[in-house]
This record gives sequence, structure tokens and C-alpha cells, in this order.
Amino acid sequence: MALGDLLVDVAGVAKHFGEGETRVDALRSVDLQVHAGEVIALLGPSGSGKTTLLNIIGCILAPSAGRVALDGETVFDGKWLRGDLRRLRLEKIGFIFQAHNLLPFLTAEENVSVVLDLAGKSPAEGRARSRELLDYLEVGHRAPVKPALLSGGEAQRVAIARALANRPRIILADEPTAALDSKRAQLVMDLLRKLAVEQEACIITVTHDEKIFDRFDRLIHLRDGRLSDD
Amino acid sequence: MNLALKDIRHGLFRFILTCFGLGLLMTVVLAMIGIYNGLVSDALAVVKAPAVDMWVVESGTQGPFAEASSIPADTRDAVARMPGVAEAGAINYQTVEATHGGKTLRLYVIGYETGRPGGPLRIAEGRAIGTSHFELVADRKTGLTPGDTIRLGRNRFTVVGLVEGAMNSGGDPAVFMTLSDAMGLQTELSPADQRVQAARGANPVKSASVAAIIVRVKPGADVDLLTATLRQWKHLSALTQADQETILLASVVDKARRQIGLFLGILLSVSAVVIALIIYTMTMEKLKQIATLKLIGAPDRTIIGLIVQQALLLGMSGWGIGLALILLVKDNFPRRVVLEPFNAMVLAGIIVVVCLAASALGVRAAMKVDPATALGS
Repeated sequence: MALGDLLVDVAGVAKHFGEGETRVDALRSVDLQVHAGEVIALLGPSGSGKTTLLNIIGCILAPSAGRVALDGETVFDGKWLRGDLRRLRLEKIGFIFQAHNLLPFLTAEENVSVVLDLAGKSPAEGRARSRELLDYLEVGHRAPVKPALLSGGEAQRVAIARALANRPRIILADEPTAALDSKRAQLVMDLLRKLAVEQEACIITVTHDEKIFDRFDRLIHLRDGRLSDD
Repeated sequence: MNLALKDIRHGLFRFILTCFGLGLLMTVVLAMIGIYNGLVSDALAVVKAPAVDMWVVESGTQGPFAEASSIPADTRDAVARMPGVAEAGAINYQTVEATHGGKTLRLYVIGYETGRPGGPLRIAEGRAIGTSHFELVADRKTGLTPGDTIRLGRNRFTVVGLVEGAMNSGGDPAVFMTLSDAMGLQTELSPADQRVQAARGANPVKSASVAAIIVRVKPGADVDLLTATLRQWKHLSALTQADQETILLASVVDKARRQIGLFLGILLSVSAVVIALIIYTMTMEKLKQIATLKLIGAPDRTIIGLIVQQALLLGMSGWGIGLALILLVKDNFPRRVVLEPFNAMVLAGIIVVVCLAASALGVRAAMKVDPATALGS
């Protein structure tokens, strides 16, 4: 398969918590490159550093050492090189959560358009894009419904729509299928793969769900803070 | 997209209920402010009612409101003849209880000389006293109406007119009657007592003393000089109108005023804590949502706006409900509730400050939220 643009370039990233006797090395000199169109899985036992790595790529957690470049822009090299990390996340990264984490006071459509609103897009533009994404994810008919009235699968698809709203090229998913049954989990992963290809994005997923391992291009194992490709 | 309004609409019933609860608290705060104002206003009402410049009272006393004062009624003639005096009138005050319509009324009886200072300045309904005896003009709060008769002491009086806002510092509504009736009410014995006194060979007690002489001075006359002159009379003391008002506030209602003032302070503090707690709790309940907002890129101003707008809406709604409720019920309070627009505005200002301070606590907690908590793995 021809590789697309290099969207995530993590080089020599280390992360430790605490100092001295209490020091825990969550990541030890991790290198990871993910290209457009790729769907990869981060696997590993609890405490292996999966979430730490996801948080670092998501610009939520600062590495102790190393360099991180997202979509061709070096964002961390010993220190954050962008002052406004939230803006950076808004522009470049979409998040899909284990629990869908939709805002309960907004409708499905508003949950998607809120991202565009934050990005400064007009309400009309936000509505149009929300409708487009919800229709694409086959939940358009649920647009005016609040999350409490959506099924687990519908809510997860709305959450995916939200993650894609601002056309990010990097999508980070944390156990996106954990709350879904086997059939819906397969459907969600197929959908993510389709999106990765169509939108030239990469998808990095933390998962324990063996049923969907065959849906990934690469399975990357983390053990004691070190990476190993399958 | 206004997230604060969307969130409120999502939990509208709960928000309305919270506003209503806060509104009730604000009602109590406004009621206390009104009662405090009413106490001061009532206390001054009786002093201001005769619209005079000077009070001549018994020597060594601060009467007739702060302590008992008794001076000969004919002192009025001597005072009236002094240079600079335009008008002088003798006046008497006493509190009586009477029964009317099956209810016990506590009345503040003001006896005055008709045609002289001391009577009601404005009759709201009916007419002023027109005969020498057994007529009275009552404050509307007594519940009496023109044409009613009421027994006071040994005599039955007819209500001929009504006034408004006439009461003593205790809030007892006033009735005006002629000085001679008031003096009779104070001194006349019941028939049985009269017979006992007659059997003993004693003369019935008949005092011709009054509580004070009130004085209006001529334009340009020096009130302070007149007061100083009167003070030289060994059996009399004189107070200016300002002195009398100061004495009333400083001694007669001071403790009650301070008591209510202190209670008001405590109530405001409790309200501030309650508002702060509500807003803080509202924010803490939203921390996961705030983490999500941070994660998807919401700037601080969006999150601060969400908290502060809700806090201000809550505070202002509570204030509005409180104001509406107190305006609806204030006339049903046993004591007068006097609310000035200034008071309501000051309370609104205090609520805004409290809401902003409470929001600051919530904002502080929100700013500390790690967006990673939204990931939840």
C-alpha cells in the first residue's frame, strides 16, 4: 500500500511520572510514524503506556523528552512549540471516546456543530456540515434528539461525527467499541476505516477488543513503555 | 452557540426550582431591608407628623418619645408669646388598647389642640375633627372606617376621618383626638373608682399636664436661639426637630435597628454562601463536560462564559422573583415594609458581586480540570 502523508511523527518520546524512588517510566524512547489512510491499534496491558502515548499525541500531556510532529508541524521538541494547544487540537485532532461523551444539553446536531462554532464557522455552515456528517453516518434522522435518547450505537456515531466535524487529519480513539456489541463494533471500525481513506486521515485507536483486530492496518504493542509492531 | 442557555434549557425545571428557592431567600432579604427601613421610617413618622421646628418638654427629660415628659398645659401660652414663635400647640401621647369588631386594637393616641400644630396634616378619607369631643381621625392601618365608633376609656368615639402612615416607633397605628379628650382618657376614673374616691372625701385626679409643646417658628427666626432661651427656663427643656429625630434613632429604636441590621447582615452572608454553593455545585456537576469541551478545543472564554452567564442568570432570576414576591406580600406584614428602588438596586449589585465571586470558585475548579479526564480509559 502506498503511504500517504506523514501525519503523526513521534520520535524518541519518553514520559516519566514522579522522581527518585517513586519514578515511573510510562514511555521509554518511543518512535511512531502514522500516515494518512492508516488505521492502527495501540495494544498492551493496563499500565503499559497506551493512554499516555495517546494523550501525548493529542497534545494533552507533555512528554519528558523527545519530539512530536503532527501533520507536518513540529508541536513539541523539548517543550511545546504552540502556545494554544486547544486551538491546535481543534484544528488537527478529532477525539472519539470510550463513553461517547456527548454534551447532554445539546442535540445530536448541536454536538457536532459545536466544534465548528468553536472554530469560528458560521451557524449555517455548522448546521450544514453537521447534517452532512450525520447523514453520512446514517444518524441524520436523529439530528434533533438529545444524547439521552440515542442508542449506544447512535451516540457513538454522533461522537464520530463530532470528531470529524472540523476535518481533522488525526483521529484518536480511546476504546471506541468498548460500549458496543460485536456487530456494531465491526460496523464502527469499518466506518472509521472508510473515513480514514476518504478523508486522508489517520486513526490511532487504543483497544483491547480482539474481535476488531483484523480491522487495523497495524497492531502496535506497548509493554513497559516500549513499542513493538506486530 | 450559547452553551449556558442550552444547558439551562436542558435542565429547565431544576433551574427554575433553584431560582425560585433563591427567590424566596431574596424575598426574606428584601423583607428585612424593608422592615429595617420601615422601623426607621415609622419612628420618624410620629416626630415628623406635626411638621414643627421645636419641642418644649419637661426639664431634664428627652421626652416625649424617649422618656416620659409632663409639663403644664398652659405653658403653651407662655411659649406662644415668645418672639419668633409663629404657632404653638400642646400635645399628648399615650398608648391604649381597645376592642373593635371582636379584635383587640393597640392604638397610639395623639391628643392635639384643634387649629394648632399637632393634628394630621392630610386627611386621606373623611374629614378632620370638627367638634370638641368624641371624634377621632384614625390611621388606615387600624382597620377603622369613617362612621365606625369605638370605645376608648369611658367614652365612645366616632371615626370621622382616616390618615395614612401615622404610627409610633413600635408600629402601633395612631388615632388623633382633641387634647381635652386625650387628657380625659388619661386621667378620668371609672364610675366605680369615682364613687370610691368620693366616699374617701378625695378630689378626683384631674391633671392639666401635657407631654410637650410643639412650636412652629416664624420665617427667618433663629430656632437654636429660641431653643437656648427656652432651656434657661428651669422647668422646661427644648429640643429642635433635628434633636428629636436624633434622639429617636439613637435611643428609642436603636437596639431594634441594630438587631435588624445585624440580622440583615447575617441573612446577606447566608444568601452569599447559598448562592456560592449552588453555583459551585452546578459547575462541579459539569466537570466532565468541561473536560470534553477543553479536549475538543473550547477556549477558556467559552468555559468561563458558560459558568458566569449561568451564575448571573441564576442570581438575577432569584433577585427578580424575590422582588416580585415582596412587592406582592409587603402590605400583609404586621409592620410597615418600606422598600426604596435604591435598596433593590443595591441588593442587585450585591448579588452580581456574589455571583461573580462564586463563579470565580467554579471557574477556578473548571480551569484545573485536565482534558484527559474526558478520555476516561
